Amino acid sequence: MLSRVAERIYWSARYIERVENIARLVSVYDNMLYDLPKGVDISWYNLVEINGSTELFHERYKVQDEKNVLKFMLEDATNSSSMLSSIKMVRENIRTTRDVVPEATWELINELDIYARQNIKKGINRSDRHTFLNRIIEGCQTINGLLAGTMSRDATWQFVLLGRNVERSDMTTRVLDAAVSLMLQHQEEERLALAQVLWSKVLKSQGAYLNYRRTVRTSISGAKVAKFLLNDPYFPRSVSFCFSEMLVAVNKLPHGESVLDSLKVLKEMDFEVTTSDDLDEEFRNYLNELQIGIIQLSSNITESWFSFDKEGEAA
Amino acid sequence: MKVNWKEYDSNDFFDELITESQEPRAPSKKLVNYLSSLEVDELEKRRLMAEATIQEMGVSFTVYTEEGNIDRAWPFDIIPRTISAADWKIAEAGLKQRLTALNLFINDLYHDQNVIKDGIIPEHIIKDSKNFRPECVGISPPFGVWAHICGTDLVRAGEGQFYVLEDNLRVPSGVSYMLENRAITKRVLPELFENDTILPIDDYTSKLFDMLAALSPRNIEVPEIVVLTPGIFNSAYFEHAFLAQQMGAELVEGSDLFVGDDDCVYMKTIAGPERVDVIYRRIDDLFIDPEAFDPNSVLGVPGLMRAWQKGNVALANAPGAGVADDKVVYAYVPEIIKYYLNEEPILANVETFLCDDPEQREYVLDNLDKLVIKPANESGGYGMLVGPHSTKKDQALFADLIKSNPRNYIAQPTLKLSTSPTLISKGVIEPRHLDLRPFILQSKDTYVTTGGLTRVAMKKGSLVVNSSQGGGSKDTWIVDLEAE
Repeated sequence: MLSRVAERIYWSARYIERVENIARLVSVYDNMLYDLPKGVDISWYNLVEINGSTELFHERYKVQDEKNVLKFMLEDATNSSSMLSSIKMVRENIRTTRDVVPEATWELINELDIYARQNIKKGINRSDRHTFLNRIIEGCQTINGLLAGTMSRDATWQFVLLGRNVERSDMTTRVLDAAVSLMLQHQEEERLALAQVLWSKVLKSQGAYLNYRRTVRTSISGAKVAKFLLNDPYFPRSVSFCFSEMLVAVNKLPHGESVLDSLKVLKEMDFEVTTSDDLDEEFRNYLNELQIGIIQLSSNITESWFSFDKEGEAA
Repeated sequence: MKVNWKEYDSNDFFDELITESQEPRAPSKKLVNYLSSLEVDELEKRRLMAEATIQEMGVSFTVYTEEGNIDRAWPFDIIPRTISAADWKIAEAGLKQRLTALNLFINDLYHDQNVIKDGIIPEHIIKDSKNFRPECVGISPPFGVWAHICGTDLVRAGEGQFYVLEDNLRVPSGVSYMLENRAITKRVLPELFENDTILPIDDYTSKLFDMLAALSPRNIEVPEIVVLTPGIFNSAYFEHAFLAQQMGAELVEGSDLFVGDDDCVYMKTIAGPERVDVIYRRIDDLFIDPEAFDPNSVLGVPGLMRAWQKGNVALANAPGAGVADDKVVYAYVPEIIKYYLNEEPILANVETFLCDDPEQREYVLDNLDKLVIKPANESGGYGMLVGPHSTKKDQALFADLIKSNPRNYIAQPTLKLSTSPTLISKGVIEPRHLDLRPFILQSKDTYVTTGGLTRVAMKKGSLVVNSSQGGGSKDTWIVDLEAE
């Protein structure tokens, strides 16, 4: 498989995942803000913080209100991680790798792109937001379904898995981090009230609510949610599951030693969470370490398979 | 309401489907009878269906346009053109004969040049050819074949005789449209394919694969074949991706390849460098290797010529094959066939005047309003003068061009190009001029497509069929009457 093609497939999968994640995040946020208890104040601007793009936001906007945040997250072409930018990146990558993906992929990503561009205002304004975001999530799932249903499990597929799971594990850590930081921003009393709402929303943002219910079978608490999203071996968006999927994929590819090493380091990182009191700054540090590990993993993937030095040896 | 085919009139031009007495020709009988039975609304429904199908298949075109690319969905006519299998058999033999002779000619030019020594073609014609590559002298590609894929443009004129208009030996395109046209027509007129008399065309990509595989310098079971594209911004990118996909070959860009210290070509894969045996290159000669040709080219692969010269990789078409794709050389092809094969040409050339020759030039300059003037080395219908459709100003401009560079211009009489019924708008069927581009493959064996790509001048009375000049296309049916 050509390195260039592998790289484009990897990024296509990452960006499809990113599009879905943005839609999920906004959707859950939208939902949560209506349910907040009195005295708890949460701003839309937290979404910008989750994505680590505060600097870029301030270059573009003065007011941190709902409209600007959503413009920035969904529509803004100068934000390379906005929904429209991400869809565009999927399209650019698929366009030049059409010969290795199922034929209908190109048509589906075009449909998604056209829909998103034509209806982006529905995402920014409140009234139709839910419908819009749902359509986007469905569009991503249709593409992933097509790939799952018709792609050979060859090297191309392994790069789809790598891209998807790098992006997904990264997002799960970010969502957890955002939730913990929200909790820490509030005092004891509000914190309890917030916890009631927040953790179930966190689960919903990952489509994990019912899975959690069936698996954990006790009431929802911060500690248990964090544990579930970090360590559950069966839920496909848990960090641990993502790492396992990648282990399997890497083992099917040639000379993935350095990627295996960074995956092993990630799998061994552990943080003891017993009660919700453990979700403190130290826990946030742990999540931060995880994110750094994922960045290292991604750069090892690039070095192992995508970059070629002048002599023609894979670096 | 139905279309009244009795009113169809091709105005003295040879029509592919209808005779002068307004009757369908033998190979188009079933087709015309069927079309006559359709209500105008039904016919329109089929036309819209074709349009929708093209939209679906060609989504990419609209997307490019929006981003500033000049590509667009090309106009398609649902009424196929028919040719009898018996007629086609003759054309096929003629095309094989022609490419065989042209390859012997190219090989001779890069070796002993007997064709010049024996006085068949003047030396300066070759010496001044833009496409003669000194880098190729003395090289012996497999089977002595240089032009492996040839797109030859045929027209029918007069009483329906085939003439060769030009041979495209560099990077001919259009074969994917030939295949797509058939796919669309099968969806639009499925009823007509129920019998077996329309010969299938879909073995092209497997023949192309076999032809390329036979060129492999390594005698291995699965040679590595790649399609080299200039990239997404090339107007034929769709075709490059299509052919790669259909052959199961890698679609590569120049930056995916490199030439190693052993002068072999490698592609950069996730498993490390992998040796490449055969490159179906869709990049013009001058861009394939910045070391050998244009140093500014970023499309090519440094050292590729070296690897090819050493026989470590096959290039299709071989560099330098374009020397025979010159409209001045074209004029000599009948002589070339006789010289190398000792046979009479099966397919006729169009009468051609060489502006290089003082006497012929004189005639051309005196008759600019009647002739078609073509530059020797352009493709895509650019830089042409169609005399009868030109203004005095155009003619004066061409007179100057010819005088300043006579070697670069040829002239041909305006042909009475054949027409075929074309659905112009709802319920309106009119004659439109067309040509035919079959594709001929040669390496170990020789193969000709069953029919080819029919291109239609969609503008009334126009003779220019090139897609870059507003031409469209339609399906081509080779109908086997004996099988009925």
